[in-house]
Amino acid sequence: MRAADVFAFCLGGLRGHRSRSLMLLLAVGIGVIAVNLLTGLGEGARTFVLGEFSVLGRNTLIVLPGRKETTGGMPPITGLAPRDLSVQDAEAIARLPGIRRVAPLQAGQMEVVVGNRNREAFTMGTTHEFFAIRQLDVAQGQPLPAMEMGRAESVCVIGGKLKRELFGDRQALGEWLRAGDRRFRVVGVLGERGESLGMDFGEMLIIPLANAQALFNREGLFRVFAEVRGPAFVESGKRQILATIKERHEGKEDITVISQDSMLAAFDDILAALTLAVAGIAAISLLVAGILIMNVTWIAVSQRTAEIGLLKAIGATAGQVRLLFLGEAALLALSGALAGLLLGEALLWLGRQAWGLPLHAPLWARVSAVLLALFTALLFAWLPASRAARLEPVVALRPAGAR
Amino acid sequence: MIRLRGVTRCFQLGEQRVMGLDDVDLDVAAGDYVAVMGPSGSGKSTLLNVLGLLDAPDAGEYWLQDEATAGLSEGRRAELRSRLIGFIFQSYHLIPRLTALENIELPMLLAGIDPAERRRRSSALVERLGLGDRIAHRPGELSGGQRQRVAIARAMIMQPSLLLADEPTGNLDSRSGAEVVALLEELNGEGLTLIVVTHDPSLGQRAARQLNMRDGRIIEDIQRERRDARG
Repeated sequence: MRAADVFAFCLGGLRGHRSRSLMLLLAVGIGVIAVNLLTGLGEGARTFVLGEFSVLGRNTLIVLPGRKETTGGMPPITGLAPRDLSVQDAEAIARLPGIRRVAPLQAGQMEVVVGNRNREAFTMGTTHEFFAIRQLDVAQGQPLPAMEMGRAESVCVIGGKLKRELFGDRQALGEWLRAGDRRFRVVGVLGERGESLGMDFGEMLIIPLANAQALFNREGLFRVFAEVRGPAFVESGKRQILATIKERHEGKEDITVISQDSMLAAFDDILAALTLAVAGIAAISLLVAGILIMNVTWIAVSQRTAEIGLLKAIGATAGQVRLLFLGEAALLALSGALAGLLLGEALLWLGRQAWGLPLHAPLWARVSAVLLALFTALLFAWLPASRAARLEPVVALRPAGAR
Repeated sequence: MIRLRGVTRCFQLGEQRVMGLDDVDLDVAAGDYVAVMGPSGSGKSTLLNVLGLLDAPDAGEYWLQDEATAGLSEGRRAELRSRLIGFIFQSYHLIPRLTALENIELPMLLAGIDPAERRRRSSALVERLGLGDRIAHRPGELSGGQRQRVAIARAMIMQPSLLLADEPTGNLDSRSGAEVVALLEELNGEGLTLIVVTHDPSLGQRAARQLNMRDGRIIEDIQRERRDARG
């Protein structure tokens, strides 16, 4: 038989049993959509998280007080509370040769009041270096003024969202706001950058470090951002920081230094595994579609015994009969898979528009979804198609009642 | 053309063994016109199925055009069915979703004949059988007589040398039936071997040779002077 004729005959077979074909098309389509949507979501989450961490920059190290063991094991029972990271520690890090700039950080929730409007805001005490390290975009005014870490000055920079909530459409630059029991003059408003690394800069109040220490009545630093001079300095910078702090903390290595790469690697592994798991779950729906194809092909063979008998009587071989039934299943699976692929892409596109997340089904997911659909269809149609091929023409041609 | 020696075919119906064919010997020459008659269950249809390679005998030998058919592969049997044998059924067995033309061309499709040649052959045949204006219709839109003519066209399209008809007029009114019989006899007149299974004595008596069957055996084999086809 010519391939074009097989195709036309199978297509005719599918169109001749419209509701059956539509049902299977739907099953396969849903399976393929599931694979693409779920991997798209998984990959989207991965790209999003990685993108968020990339904002940190390859050259940024984060210094946290306390030793965070990632290798497991019990925490020490003889509870020696870790030493605080002090401003002096941050200054010592800033003097290291491989370090370009350092931003100490103190943070907490604080009630912010302007006139009769007030709200809780995440308040960060830091220096002007922080703006450079985190590449914060100041839409109006200036970042915090460059000055020594220990100096206090009653100025602040506020996030765009916070500005709207406190000042509405009024000009905020030069105005005063009250945070806790102190007053600060707004010198800058951040652009609409939104969430990054779990911090929503839009709702943030940024004040000089010394003011924050006084406001929160806490000397110890929340963390220290350190930017090395280049990617080559990341590892040496880490070592230098650890060594310096150990020296300053009487020989105890009681800090943790995180680089973007180490964080990325951990998250990447977790999220890639997540995507795979989700793809696996979706693949099960394709398997279900395959079983449905088997059932329906089985019914089709029973319903079409007369046709099979006739085909054999007019010269079809067993192989041809099997080919025709497998062809129908394959055609069905392919069109279902393509429809699912298109619909899945459309849904992912909608998701991108709606949430702005980078939702893309990876190529391997798309290809394997289509191949898996085809494979399960052929696998599960094989049994009923072989039954059709084996049917004795005499039996098949007998009128339905006498079979 | 056809030679059967000691052909036996039994069926198991529940506890009972039924002899579909019991030690049948038969020779049919090319161009013969044979009617097979007998009561239900006498083995007429089994004989036709064996002759058409739709069924294989349990014992005995069957030569079709000097080729022994015992032990032939499924592929070879399919090929012989395709090339040598045309089938006509009481209930037409047209595929409902295909048009009349597509039904007629189906055997050529299975044989892998290219579309241009298919068109050429089918249009000649369609013309001859007077189906010209009906070929785009599906079987459901055709009368019984038209359906059977489509089925005959399908049986003839591969230019077989043996035409096997199982009650070809069984579902037709007498006028359509007479037309179908006339068509079959015309084809036989051109040298095609025609074997018709029928209950209808008037149809049986038209044939040059009449076989009467009972309990799987041929009990009577009447050779008759060929009547005028329109007699």
